[in-house]
Amino acid sequence: MPLTDQLRDDILASVPSLRAFAISLSGNGDRADDLVQETLLRALANIDSFQPGSNLPAWLFTILRNLFRSDYRKRRREVEDADGSYAKTLKTQPAQSAHLEFEEFRAALEKLPQDQREALILVGASGFSYEDAAAICGCAVGTIKSRVNRARSKLSALLYVDGAEDFGPDETVRAVIGGSGG
Amino acid sequence: MKDLKSQPGKPAKQGGLNAEIQSRIGHQLRAMYDDVVRQGVPDRFAELIKKLDVPEPSPQVGNAGDPNDGRE
Repeated sequence: MPLTDQLRDDILASVPSLRAFAISLSGNGDRADDLVQETLLRALANIDSFQPGSNLPAWLFTILRNLFRSDYRKRRREVEDADGSYAKTLKTQPAQSAHLEFEEFRAALEKLPQDQREALILVGASGFSYEDAAAICGCAVGTIKSRVNRARSKLSALLYVDGAEDFGPDETVRAVIGGSGG
Repeated sequence: MKDLKSQPGKPAKQGGLNAEIQSRIGHQLRAMYDDVVRQGVPDRFAELIKKLDVPEPSPQVGNAGDPNDGRE
């Protein structure tokens, strides 16, 4: 399909979530933006192969994931980025009180195996259906479901070993639960 | 009932993962993700896509000072 105004707008509208996905995958803001740039160039160069009416975000996420995979294989021997690289990419730092928990969460997420992390992000944060996530990852729907389940189990084991009752709600959650008045 | 070991082949639905923990994980995940989404489209990407919008500029003929203009 030719690059219409509409299609260009749609691609542009996908950029924020592509970046979020790229940062979640790579844990590094600079590398993530390079990944997004390469994804956009690849997408625009291959725009003819995009089927009109099909899921554009899923198509773009597939390109990004494949690029990350090949990039990851190339770099897997390189030293991983030091802690805090993700937080540095954020223009708006989380509130001080929530920061520690945020960092803990990020660190736990990075401990997940690649397959589980991407499945959890696609379904739990990007909002893709299991079917779309399976198409993006090139695997069966059941595989995605089991990866998401394993990711959740592992995260909860890493973060909440002692059980939720020992771990009072943080301010963010309390605000959500209790509303603004408290 | 104390040792709730994960049983292979049997999906741990609500077994070890209570709903509150699940919802907290969901909140955290989306908070982290949305923090980046809220940053919008950085200029470099907006420009990249905009640039591809512009048709190839046809070479201007008759520009003043065109170096190719100097016929001997």
